[in-house]
Amino acid sequence: MEPKLIGDPVDRIDGKQKVTGGAHYAGDIKQPEMAYAVLVMSTIANGTIRDIDTADAEKLPGVLAIMTHKNTPRLPGYDANKPGATALGRVLHLLHDDRVDYSNQPIAMAIADSFEHAVDAANHVRVTYQAKTPAPGLPTSKAEPFRPQKLPRPDDPVDTQRGDLNKAMAAAEVSFKQTYHTPTQVHNALEPHTSVAIWEGKQLTIYQATQGIFPSRERIAEYFALPPENVRVIAQFVGGGFGSKGPVWADGVLAAMAAQYVKRPVKLELRRSDMFGMVGSRSATSQQLDIGASRSGDFLGMAHRSLNQTSVFDDFSEPAGILTRVLYKCPNQEVTHRSIRANIGSPSPMRAPGEAPGMFALESAIDELAYQLNMDPIALRLKNYAETDQQKELPFSSKSLRECYQQAADRFGWSKRLAAPRSMRDGNILIGMGMASAIYPTIRDEASAKIKLNADGTVLLSIGTQDIGTGSYTAMTQLAADAFGISPDRVTLRAGDTRQPKTPVSGGSRTTASAGSAVVQAAEAVILKAKQLALNDLKSPLNGQKESDMAVEKGRLFLKSDPKKGEALTALLKRNGGNALEASTSSKSGEEKEKYSMYAHGAQFAEVRIDEALGEIRVSKLTGAYAAGRIVNAKTAHSQLVGGIVWGVSMALLEHAIHDPRTNRIMNANLAEYHVPVNADIPDIDAFFIDEKDEIVNPAGVKGIGEIGITGSVAAIANAIYHATGKRIRELPITPDKILSFTA
Amino acid sequence: MKNFQYTEASQPAQAVQQIGAGRDTKFVAGGTNLVDLMKYGIEQPDTLIDISRLELAKIEKTATGIRIGALARNSDMAEHPLVTSQFPLLAEALLAGASPQLRNMATLGGNLMQRTRCNYFYDISQPCNKRQGPTAQAGCGALEGYNRIHAILGLESGDLNQSCIATNPSDMNVALAALDAVVNVSGPAGQRAIPIRDFHRLAGKKPQQDTTLAPNELITSIDLTTPQRAGKSHYLKVRDRASYAFALVSVAARLVVESGRIQDVRLALGGVAHKPWRLTSVEQQLIGKPATEASFREAARQLVAGAKGFEHNAFKIELAQSAIVRALQTVAA
Repeated sequence: MEPKLIGDPVDRIDGKQKVTGGAHYAGDIKQPEMAYAVLVMSTIANGTIRDIDTADAEKLPGVLAIMTHKNTPRLPGYDANKPGATALGRVLHLLHDDRVDYSNQPIAMAIADSFEHAVDAANHVRVTYQAKTPAPGLPTSKAEPFRPQKLPRPDDPVDTQRGDLNKAMAAAEVSFKQTYHTPTQVHNALEPHTSVAIWEGKQLTIYQATQGIFPSRERIAEYFALPPENVRVIAQFVGGGFGSKGPVWADGVLAAMAAQYVKRPVKLELRRSDMFGMVGSRSATSQQLDIGASRSGDFLGMAHRSLNQTSVFDDFSEPAGILTRVLYKCPNQEVTHRSIRANIGSPSPMRAPGEAPGMFALESAIDELAYQLNMDPIALRLKNYAETDQQKELPFSSKSLRECYQQAADRFGWSKRLAAPRSMRDGNILIGMGMASAIYPTIRDEASAKIKLNADGTVLLSIGTQDIGTGSYTAMTQLAADAFGISPDRVTLRAGDTRQPKTPVSGGSRTTASAGSAVVQAAEAVILKAKQLALNDLKSPLNGQKESDMAVEKGRLFLKSDPKKGEALTALLKRNGGNALEASTSSKSGEEKEKYSMYAHGAQFAEVRIDEALGEIRVSKLTGAYAAGRIVNAKTAHSQLVGGIVWGVSMALLEHAIHDPRTNRIMNANLAEYHVPVNADIPDIDAFFIDEKDEIVNPAGVKGIGEIGITGSVAAIANAIYHATGKRIRELPITPDKILSFTA
Repeated sequence: MKNFQYTEASQPAQAVQQIGAGRDTKFVAGGTNLVDLMKYGIEQPDTLIDISRLELAKIEKTATGIRIGALARNSDMAEHPLVTSQFPLLAEALLAGASPQLRNMATLGGNLMQRTRCNYFYDISQPCNKRQGPTAQAGCGALEGYNRIHAILGLESGDLNQSCIATNPSDMNVALAALDAVVNVSGPAGQRAIPIRDFHRLAGKKPQQDTTLAPNELITSIDLTTPQRAGKSHYLKVRDRASYAFALVSVAARLVVESGRIQDVRLALGGVAHKPWRLTSVEQQLIGKPATEASFREAARQLVAGAKGFEHNAFKIELAQSAIVRALQTVAA
């Protein structure tokens, strides 16, 4: 069999395990004497617990304990008001006091010998409150906005200015100003947050559904005042995260607290309704876009002022304006972020945090301006094409957005579009076509990996990273296989465990760029050792050659100038005592980060069919071209694009966590009423990559692809809806009632 | 979920006897709605009587039409030749509801008894006259809350905060209302037949009561009368997503047209009231009229006359009329 190479559509290495039930997720873990914890959630959004009566619950069969703020042992390393060092360490409510800051906050925990007994006990805990009026979130809030101290990623300033905006706006021949609203969304990964905590003396092991085993280990160790090495977090398989399993939330800590309290292993698996509040959300936003342009369409000035919401006890500022700084050429610009506080669970990153709502606003505004200028939306974007990053004043490591526009437009059939709104129709159905740019930063964090090349030519790859369902394990395996030119099935992977080399959280589309680069560099280090072995080996055909003149292909080390001169790595190792070659590396970005601006780009097109009398909107066609450096696995990468684009359909048309502003309670905290698309809502999606070679961006040559799919699809659909109907809906989700009640 | 006793019934008579014997006893068959309601703590029966093994799943011909057993699965009903040939409206409505998995479990009787999806009914921390009963004087959370899916019709004057603005969520019930189904029930005093229009009720002063079925009665079947002239029928469901969503508004329509004139018409609305909304007087007025958009629009106007919109659902008043016109145009074509 020919070795599978990088870029091939290789099946997931764990595909068979997953479809046959052989893949064990945290919820599948069973331990002897394991107990089950179920949370009691607050039903008010602001106030204090007056009394919490556990007497009835404690008498029920199988109940081991009811933990409340009255009896919970204090964690030695817990400070109720202290956020973690990074954006992943949120302020948590851990049953330490009587404060209630949001509705559906955990306020007690029932622990029993079975899940059913724990549920029954939790239902019998009686709580009375001293309630205060809750502070509502957007759009109801009347609170005074404040300037947040930081945005989630340290590289992103809260506010930026360049040029002279006021002067530019005053001089502009055409001006545009509108406000866009996006709702609170809840991630709702299929797998709920789950932790199984096991104490052995001062050693804690947690099987956890998490996007970041290492941040989880460090935060939990901090709370229990343990050295991090005393805590082991294992995530062999994770059933989706989308950001909600990135921060360290209360669930894992509570499981460890429960296990310590009842002195048995404890499983805490959140119920679906528990996931609406305590494990993050995408903040609602209100975003004002001002654009000043010349009559021929040059952007002269642009302002993007974004308002978001955070909780009353923690700071998280949805960074909705960050891509406006870099997507188009515009000499005069201001981008700001402000927040209001509300009695809600803390918001958090959700697939393309900031980028998704921000790009809806920006790319809707560009579309509106195109109509105002009577220009084709692609032509307007090309006219303002950013050849460099004007904010950082840096060149791009690579940028192929122009090619994306062209290839996607061709495959979509953009030339068939009649420019005027309401000009395309099929009986009762109005047809609309829209497009938008897509863009996502390439993020790389420090990561380490260990590779061992055995004398039989097989490779053992050890790397901590979890695979949250994207196919990271497969990509890591392919990268290692590629380095030696061997088939991926010759590589054994050990991952998803803090006992393996340290890697970052799987979020911000960074895993392949970070952990993948570590794999590539560890393989290079092993190959270097092989070269040194060969050049010092009198019996090797490569004896005396220079390292830099040698290369590896198909498991064979050879001389580049004379490829016939060489030998199999297995022959080399066997002749040298049959010992394995091993190397560990720690990999991080270098000066390229200071010299270049790094983004993946794309162009997304959408066609919608709208029955205007009934308000029903159906997406009939989605075509997107994306440029993201080297594509490691064509199959799993395509799935990431498709998944992101489906998320765009969801955000554009369906998702909305509905807070009753009187109570701040989410009134659709279930998957029947919190709508995401079903298969019938999704047409065939034509998503494809265009070739892009980037040798600057990182050793793996890759850009992140997990989130870019949502950054263009939301506005592309909203713009198509306008084209179909002439109705510009600036408030997501665009549901039938908004089409029906539209007034210009 | 509260702990409960579980028993099985082997004969309908035994089931009726068992339910009469206990307090807070409920029948369970497919369980697609009741089990959810129990998990949420909305229904808290002491005892469940499993009736799923009773021989009440037959679909058979009668002298005047067909009889469908109360335990017929929604999926079986939707595919049965007697239903698809004579009552395609019912098949269409059934397939518009829920998901294949749910339809494979859900029964006819259970669907008739399906409870509202009102967000406040479903959240036991929130006030709800339907869930708590009028004596609790809880008030209606939806009235000044999130009421996008709520009723616009059949709201009695008086203090709505003492009543209920929820809707019946079933698609099947709307088709059955248009088809004049008769619900056969069995109780301690024997059998009785309830016309579908009297089976579901408006909330009024008893918001806790969705139907006129007595707590100790068992639904055994429904009867449908084959229409003299079949005409054409259509179930139009307007919803936020293409499948697995409750109707914002739905229309069950059946129309017989000859020489451009309406000979017979049935029209029922879903998603707009505490029960499927049907006004036979509006249908009467259509008889003999030309099958044109103007006639349909006038009927639509009459059918929603007196509708009341709240903060989030006022769009339904126009939407219902558009949907009626569209459904009638579809069957008139």
